Amino acid sequence: MATLEIRDLHVSVGAGEEEKAILKGVDLTVSSGQTHAIMGPNGSGKSTLAYSIAGHPRYTVTRGSVTLDGEDVLSMTVDERARAGLFLAMQYPVEVPGVSVSNFLRSAATALRGEAPKIRTWVKEVKAEMTALGIDPAFSERNVNEGFSGGEKKRHEILQLSLLKPAIAILDETDSGLDVDALRAVAEGVNRAAESGELGVLLITHYTRILQYIRPDFVHVFVAGRIAEEGGPELADRLEAEGYERYLQPTS
Amino acid sequence: MTGREEEWRFTPLRRLAGLHDATFTPGGRITRTLHAPEGVTGGVVSMDDPRVGAVLTPFDRISAQARSAATEAYAVVIPAAAVLTEPIRLTVTGEGGRDAAAFGHTLIEVGAHAEATLILDHRGTVTYADNVEVNIGDNASLRLVTIQDWDGDTVHAAHQRIRLGRDARLRHAAVTLGGSLVRLFTTVEYAERGGDAELLGVYFADAGQHLEHRLVADHTVPDCRSRVEYRGALQGADAHAVWVGDVIIRAAATGTDTYELNRNLILTDGARADSIPNLEIETGEVVGAGHASATGRFDDEQLFYLQSRGIPAEEARRLVVRAFFATLLQKIGDATISDPLMAAIETRLAKGPA
Repeated sequence: MATLEIRDLHVSVGAGEEEKAILKGVDLTVSSGQTHAIMGPNGSGKSTLAYSIAGHPRYTVTRGSVTLDGEDVLSMTVDERARAGLFLAMQYPVEVPGVSVSNFLRSAATALRGEAPKIRTWVKEVKAEMTALGIDPAFSERNVNEGFSGGEKKRHEILQLSLLKPAIAILDETDSGLDVDALRAVAEGVNRAAESGELGVLLITHYTRILQYIRPDFVHVFVAGRIAEEGGPELADRLEAEGYERYLQPTS
Repeated sequence: MTGREEEWRFTPLRRLAGLHDATFTPGGRITRTLHAPEGVTGGVVSMDDPRVGAVLTPFDRISAQARSAATEAYAVVIPAAAVLTEPIRLTVTGEGGRDAAAFGHTLIEVGAHAEATLILDHRGTVTYADNVEVNIGDNASLRLVTIQDWDGDTVHAAHQRIRLGRDARLRHAAVTLGGSLVRLFTTVEYAERGGDAELLGVYFADAGQHLEHRLVADHTVPDCRSRVEYRGALQGADAHAVWVGDVIIRAAATGTDTYELNRNLILTDGARADSIPNLEIETGEVVGAGHASATGRFDDEQLFYLQSRGIPAEEARRLVVRAFFATLLQKIGDATISDPLMAAIETRLAKGPA
C-alpha cells in the first residue's frame, strides 16, 4: 500500500524576471488501487504537475511538498524517485539513439530491482507483455523511441509500466494522438497493470475518450494551476457534455 | 602553408609545435618495444633501404618533414605463409615532453599468404611526426590496430599508407584517445584485384583535444572493396573531432564496392565535430558506392528519460556511449583488443568533461 501526497504544491519555470508560476497550490492524494483522472484545458498545468513529481530539471518547486509513504520526494534525484516507486509515462517519449529497447528495459529493471533479472524468465516476461500490447517482437532490437510512430511510443511507455511495476504511475496524456485501436491496447495495458490492486494511477488527459476504457475512481478538474473541482466518475461525464467553459468564466 | 588549404583548414596550425614550418624544437625521443611471436623480425634499418619510400611517398609538408628528419627506419617483417595466433605488439613511447620533436619511419612487411595481427601502440609525451608504410603481400591478411593513447600534451601527426596485394585483406582499426592534437592520415591503395580493406576508427575527444582522422581509399584496380566506419564521442569545452573520408574510384576500377560512415556523439555543450565524406567516381560500373555521416547529441532530455526509469545518471551516460561504440569495437574481431579499449573509453567517460 503506497500513498503519494501532494500538498500546496507551487511550481514555476524560468528564473529571475522570466520566472512564471504554473502550479498555484495543488493538493492531491493518490493511493495504491486508486485511479485518479486529472482533466483540464491545455495550458492549465497538468503536464507541469507530472514532470514536477518526476523531477524534471526545468521545473522549480517554490512551495509545498510531495511525499511517497512519508518520504520526501522533492529531495530525491530523478532516478531515486523512480526507484522509490514513481513512474511517468511521457506525452513525448525521448529518442535514445544507440540504445536498444531490450537493453534499455533490462537496465531499467536492473536499476529498479537492485539486481539483474534472470535472463530466461525476463525474456519470457518481456515477450508476454509485448504480445499483450500488440507490439512486434522485432521491436526489442530497435533503438529506444527512434523512428517510432506515435502509437508505438505510447505502447512502449505502457510496456515499461507493465514490466517495471511502479507503486504510483503518472500517465501524461498517454491517450493523445492515438487511433482507437492503439488507445484500446494502451488502456487495456494500464488496466492489466492495475489489476493487482497495488498500483495507483494518476491519469492526465485532455479528452474524456480514454475514460471509456479506464474507469477512474476520482476525477479532478485542473484549471489555471490548481484543482478547481473534484468528484467521482460522473464528473467526467459532465465534462464530456459541457466542456471546460464554465471553469474558464471569470467569477464575478 | 597558411592553414587555408583544404587539407589543413580544420587543423590548428599553431598547435602543431612547429612540425609544419620547421620551427619545432628538436630533442624528443621515441623508443620502440617489440613483442612478437617467433619468426617475426623487427629492427632498425637504414633510410637507404629500398623498402623506404616503396609504399609511401611523402605527400604533405609534415610527411616530408618526417621523412627528411628521420635518421633510421624500423622494420617489422612477417614472413610469407606465417600464420600467427598471437598478436605482434609494437609499442612506441614518446619522451622529452611537449616541446621536444621526434620523427619516425616504420615499415611493416606482410609476406604472401601470411595472417597476422599487429598492435601499434603509441604512448608518452612528445611532439611526433612519422610515416608508416605497410605492404601486404598477395592473399595475406593483416589486422592492424593503431592506438593513439598519448599523454595530455602530445602532438602527433601520423601518416600511414597501406598497399594491398592481390586478394589481400586489411582490417585497420584506429583508436585515438589521448594527446593534445592527433592527426592521423591513413591511405589505402590496391596493387592488384581482389583487395579488401576495412577501416575502423574509434575516438574520444575531451576538452581541448583536437583529434583528426583523414582517410583515402584509392581504388585504381578492378574488383576491390573498402569499408570505412569511424565513430567518435566528444565531451567538454573545445573538444574537436575532424573526420574526412575520401574514396576515389578511378575509371579502371570497375567492380568496386565501397561504403564509408562516420558518426559522432556529442556528450556536452562546447564540443565540435566536423565530418566530411567525399566520393569521387570515374566509372559507373561499380558494385556499390555510398557514404553517410551523422552527428547526434546526448542531451538532458535523454538523461531525464533514462533516469526516470530508475537508471542513475552516470549509468545512463555509460549505456548510451557503450551502445554507440560496442558494435564497432566488436568488428575489430578480437575481444582481447576491444575489451581494454571499451574499458579505456568508460574510464574517460567516468572522468566527465575536464
